[in-house]
Amino acid sequence: MNNKDLLNLIDITVSFEGFLALNKLNLNLKKGELRAVIGPNGAGKTTFLDVITGKVKPTKGEVIFKGKSLVGRKEHKIARLGVGRKFQSPRIFENLTVKENLEISVSTPKSPLNLINKCIKDEQLNEIERLMKIVNLAQKVDSKAGSLSHGQKQWLEIAMLVGQKPDLMLVDEPVAGLTDEETDLTADLLKSLSGENTVVVIDHDMEFIRRLESTVSVLNQGTILCEGTMETIQKDQKVIDVYLGRPEE
Amino acid sequence: MSLRKFKFDKRIVLSFWIILIALIIAAPTLLPVFRLNLLGRYLSLSIVALGVDLIWGYTGLLSLGQGIFFALGGYCAAMYLQITSSSEFPNNIPEFFALYGVEKLPFFWEPFKSPIFTFFAIWIIPALVAGLIGFLVFRNRIKGVYFSILTQASLLVFFNFFNGQQKLINGTNGLKTDVTQLFGQMVGSESMQRIFFWITAILVIAAWFFAKWVVRGRFGNILIGIRDDEPRVRFTGYNPVIFKTIVFSIAGALAGISGALYTVQSGIVSPQFMTVPFSIEMVIWVAVGGRGTLLGAILGAVFINYAKSLVSEALPASWMFIQGGLFILVVTALPEGVLGWIQGDGPRNLLQRFGLKRTIETYPSLEVNNKEGNNE
Repeated sequence: MNNKDLLNLIDITVSFEGFLALNKLNLNLKKGELRAVIGPNGAGKTTFLDVITGKVKPTKGEVIFKGKSLVGRKEHKIARLGVGRKFQSPRIFENLTVKENLEISVSTPKSPLNLINKCIKDEQLNEIERLMKIVNLAQKVDSKAGSLSHGQKQWLEIAMLVGQKPDLMLVDEPVAGLTDEETDLTADLLKSLSGENTVVVIDHDMEFIRRLESTVSVLNQGTILCEGTMETIQKDQKVIDVYLGRPEE
Repeated sequence: MSLRKFKFDKRIVLSFWIILIALIIAAPTLLPVFRLNLLGRYLSLSIVALGVDLIWGYTGLLSLGQGIFFALGGYCAAMYLQITSSSEFPNNIPEFFALYGVEKLPFFWEPFKSPIFTFFAIWIIPALVAGLIGFLVFRNRIKGVYFSILTQASLLVFFNFFNGQQKLINGTNGLKTDVTQLFGQMVGSESMQRIFFWITAILVIAAWFFAKWVVRGRFGNILIGIRDDEPRVRFTGYNPVIFKTIVFSIAGALAGISGALYTVQSGIVSPQFMTVPFSIEMVIWVAVGGRGTLLGAILGAVFINYAKSLVSEALPASWMFIQGGLFILVVTALPEGVLGWIQGDGPRNLLQRFGLKRTIETYPSLEVNNKEGNNE
């Protein structure tokens, strides 16, 4: 652990009635880093996000974010500290319009009094406009989010995530169900976000992960098996055995 | 789901308001006293229905215990009226106390000697009780059907308590208000009832605007967000507990006002206001009128109750069947209620079904199924 780290997971263990979803997991993230996390089904990828965002309390271990412990904090408090999350299947508010969805994400402070009394600030409206352009939804401003296509929903949720201005973005399978073209655009978008933001991407689409050109952590049976560039992990014997399969002859 | 669309022409809106205000002013001369009084009562019930729509239609909290707050408002009003009209009774306390040998006014009656205190108590006490119950329930993340059961259980607790306390609030007999005095006039008199009708009509409109103000903009969007996906709201940095507590308190306050107006127009408040069927009926009014439409709640409350009195006069005892049938019809055929059905192109679809009018599906709706072949 050093001062430049944004997030440290220390010996995280999560036990669901004896089943160890995470087992002494250690992971450090530097500020501005883009990190990919891969692993076979049931490796604990989603539980790992649940622990950081406060949905699941670790049985043992410590989560340090910006020098503060996150363990035991409520989800909304963690979100306000600067942890944003995109879910596996798009979780947007389908009965609200695209613009209303983004308003919810960019509004601060997030108190009832502010929301009921005041109009949204101009700079927040500008931010919404900027976000809609980035994800190509400018023409859909007043459409119900529920009427968007699957890819557009994924992007709307990414836009909502960015709109929250989190220091740490946790992105769970952002390209599930996207076309190749959309996948490429999403990869570029995430790459452009890192640097200023710290981004963790979870996925098992290898082509997509390769495009991110980031450090990759391989998760298996609740613990980090191996960390390094795509090339390094592809040569690692342990990774090949549990996940990648033998290279084609 | 079609929430908040439907834009009226400005002239239609204006003429609607003119007709409405004219009707309200003219109602006391147009209707016989008996009918006017009934209409006034049903209008007051529409205020509690607005609250049900806020918590259920918008926020997704199905409360089966709104009768608690309705009755609390009614009791506050009735206690004030009883105590100000008790000067000629023994010990200067309301008449019923003598029946149970009570000679000293119970302490909690004291503040109700003040009209100003009563004015605030009618809505603040139910709001506080609702806020407290709500906070405890929401903090423990009790949701859905468990929330409904819990509110119904609370209702039964309140009912049994009020029903058993003869020495405090006249128990099962309730508190009568029609023979009490307010500003030197008998509350049950024709002139007073006319004033109550106007007050009720104004308050219904005020409550409607208030509810619209609550659900407009970002606050209302968060409520809808909580209804549709509460965890997502949490992960976006909002605390749903606070939002739900606030909206549940608002519904409590509206129920209190509604209960007070209903009490002065029906002449009595009693634990019957806290029976299980009555609170369920409130939900039915909103379901039939249209969840999440506000106006549907008002129309549902007024029309169902009017229908109830008309049907009961013609065919006694048949109302329960009709009400049950209405509820089944709404659940199976019109899940968004009558107003929701009208707003959601229901009439056009019905005409189409009978081949009366054909309109071509608009092109953009084809896009809905786009790109969904390869997900997950």
